[in-house]
Amino acid sequence: MNKAGTHDIEIRDLYKIFGPDAHRHIDAVKGGLTKAELNDRHNHVLGLQDINLTIPHGRITVIMGLSGSGKSTLIRHINGLIRPTAGQVLYDGLDVVTMTPAQLRGFRRQKTAMVFQKFALLPHRTVLRNVAYGLDIRGIAAAEERARHWIGRVGLEGYEDYYPRQLSGGMQQRVGLARALANDAEILLMDEAFSALDPLIRMDMQSILLELQQELRKTIVFITHDLDEALRLGDKIAVLRDGAMEQVGNGQDIVLRPANAYIAEFVREVNRGRIIEARTIAAPATGERLPEFTVKARSKLDLVARRMTKAGVSHAQVRDGEVLVGIIDLPSILEAMVNPADAASDD
Amino acid sequence: MDMFRFPEMSRGNLRAMRQTIDGAFRDFTRAWGDTLEAIFEPLQDLLTLIENLLLRSPWALVLVVLAAGIWLLSRSWRIALGSVLALLLVGYFGMWEDTMRTIAMVLVCTLIAVVMGIPVGIVMAQSNRASGLVTPILDMMQTMPSFVYLIPVVMIFGLGKVPGLIAVVIYAIPPVIRLTNLGIRQVAPDVLEAAEAFGSSGWQKLRDVQLPLALPTIMAGINQTIMMSLAMVVVASMIGVRGLGQPVLQAINQQYFTMGVMNGLAIVAIAIIMDRTTQAYGKRLQKHTEAGR
Repeated sequence: MNKAGTHDIEIRDLYKIFGPDAHRHIDAVKGGLTKAELNDRHNHVLGLQDINLTIPHGRITVIMGLSGSGKSTLIRHINGLIRPTAGQVLYDGLDVVTMTPAQLRGFRRQKTAMVFQKFALLPHRTVLRNVAYGLDIRGIAAAEERARHWIGRVGLEGYEDYYPRQLSGGMQQRVGLARALANDAEILLMDEAFSALDPLIRMDMQSILLELQQELRKTIVFITHDLDEALRLGDKIAVLRDGAMEQVGNGQDIVLRPANAYIAEFVREVNRGRIIEARTIAAPATGERLPEFTVKARSKLDLVARRMTKAGVSHAQVRDGEVLVGIIDLPSILEAMVNPADAASDD
Repeated sequence: MDMFRFPEMSRGNLRAMRQTIDGAFRDFTRAWGDTLEAIFEPLQDLLTLIENLLLRSPWALVLVVLAAGIWLLSRSWRIALGSVLALLLVGYFGMWEDTMRTIAMVLVCTLIAVVMGIPVGIVMAQSNRASGLVTPILDMMQTMPSFVYLIPVVMIFGLGKVPGLIAVVIYAIPPVIRLTNLGIRQVAPDVLEAAEAFGSSGWQKLRDVQLPLALPTIMAGINQTIMMSLAMVVVASMIGVRGLGQPVLQAINQQYFTMGVMNGLAIVAIAIIMDRTTQAYGKRLQKHTEAGR
């Protein structure tokens, strides 16, 4: 009853210029006209420039950036809510950009579902009718039964007949999530879905999402401005700034090897011990005798450090199942957990 | 040039122009009057039917049916009881028949205004061009003295119910149109985007999102329309519409103070009943906006 993502989404050479004469300026922008110049000279806004991104199927891809970076614009290109000035959005051999309105409607109904920052529930419909909404649009007979199933899955059993306004923000977004999941689409688009929630409830929703994703394996695109959220959820993270892609990689890449000063500044405050895995800093095991204590390759550093200090050892071997990855010691763990920039400035 | 005399059109030309237009319109009414009357005949039949239902049924039955209708819409015993009391008083003072005629008139006018006005409002909400086109016409309908458009209407239809209906609807339809347009335009853009993202067609968006969310505003427009059509009953009585307007007109002409006040108060009573009922109904439509349960 639930469809996993089976195809990657390929975004190719995507440009978006906002303004009445967008197409007239696209060549100049491709030729190197900057955002500021376009704004000053032609009074057009460069929303996205030269975006190339592969969104792998069955994974969570996080698009991160501050407000105004173009992340909400980018996610809306995937289901055609915004049409690009140039470029392609490919899915399963089809280009979303060139779809007719009827094709686009079909694509949205069958392949995608969306969760919104401000929930965007229908205030005049009960929780049950809201969750069934996507199915109603498609004229699916068993809408109510499926809606009830998903209301249960997001933990809202018993609230079927409440109106959205009677629920807290966290509960409303559970309705939003259930509405999207009930649509049984391969692609799940989440536009700052948890940004409007309190920190504790946000963590809670992240856990629900990760738990459901374990089982559902949807192709999820998640927009956020919160690095911790990006690192927790993202199998792949793309950082946007002023409409341009600054860096694409997994959490380790972004934190350990920031592509430029902007990203480095962004990841400065992050708790590195919770991101970096033991295998990342393990040194190759040279001939000498292996330490007896063993840690898992994918354990995060703060867990590794806690286990090692508790056991009273300073060295450990890092193993990925049966395979020896290398050797790790407490000083190198400590060094990795401390932000290099901070350490230098405090000398 | 003489700066104290406005350079106006010559009297001869002005007269010729008026005569030409009047002549053309007279020819038009002679050629098309019967056809137009035939087109509007169903409306007259509808009005006559409702009037007869109200007048030829036993008064107690009419009272019960009206009270039941009011309760169903408002779900308020206070409003229903108050209405019964007001109608009993109106009847006791000898105005039952005229009151029933006026109620029938207002009901039919409101029905016409809703059936015609809501689609126009929907079209206006979809397109700024349509809205730019219709708005000045609405302004004209509301500010043009009603006697002015009564002239051509009476020329075509003569005196009677149909010209009365047309005059009242022209005056009373703008609020439904305006508030339907406003209500649809006020629907939150993020909810509309959600509807779009789930693949709604234009019609589905209208039916599932825009109209339901605009409904309380549309109800306010219908309420205004009812009030305005009541305000027109006296004017309508000048072209032969029977009801509470006629005795008021008579009272004005012959300076019968008490008769004027009594019939005026009866109009006020109907207005209050209809206003409270439709407002209570509008509030019930907004039940979902209340927090807690």
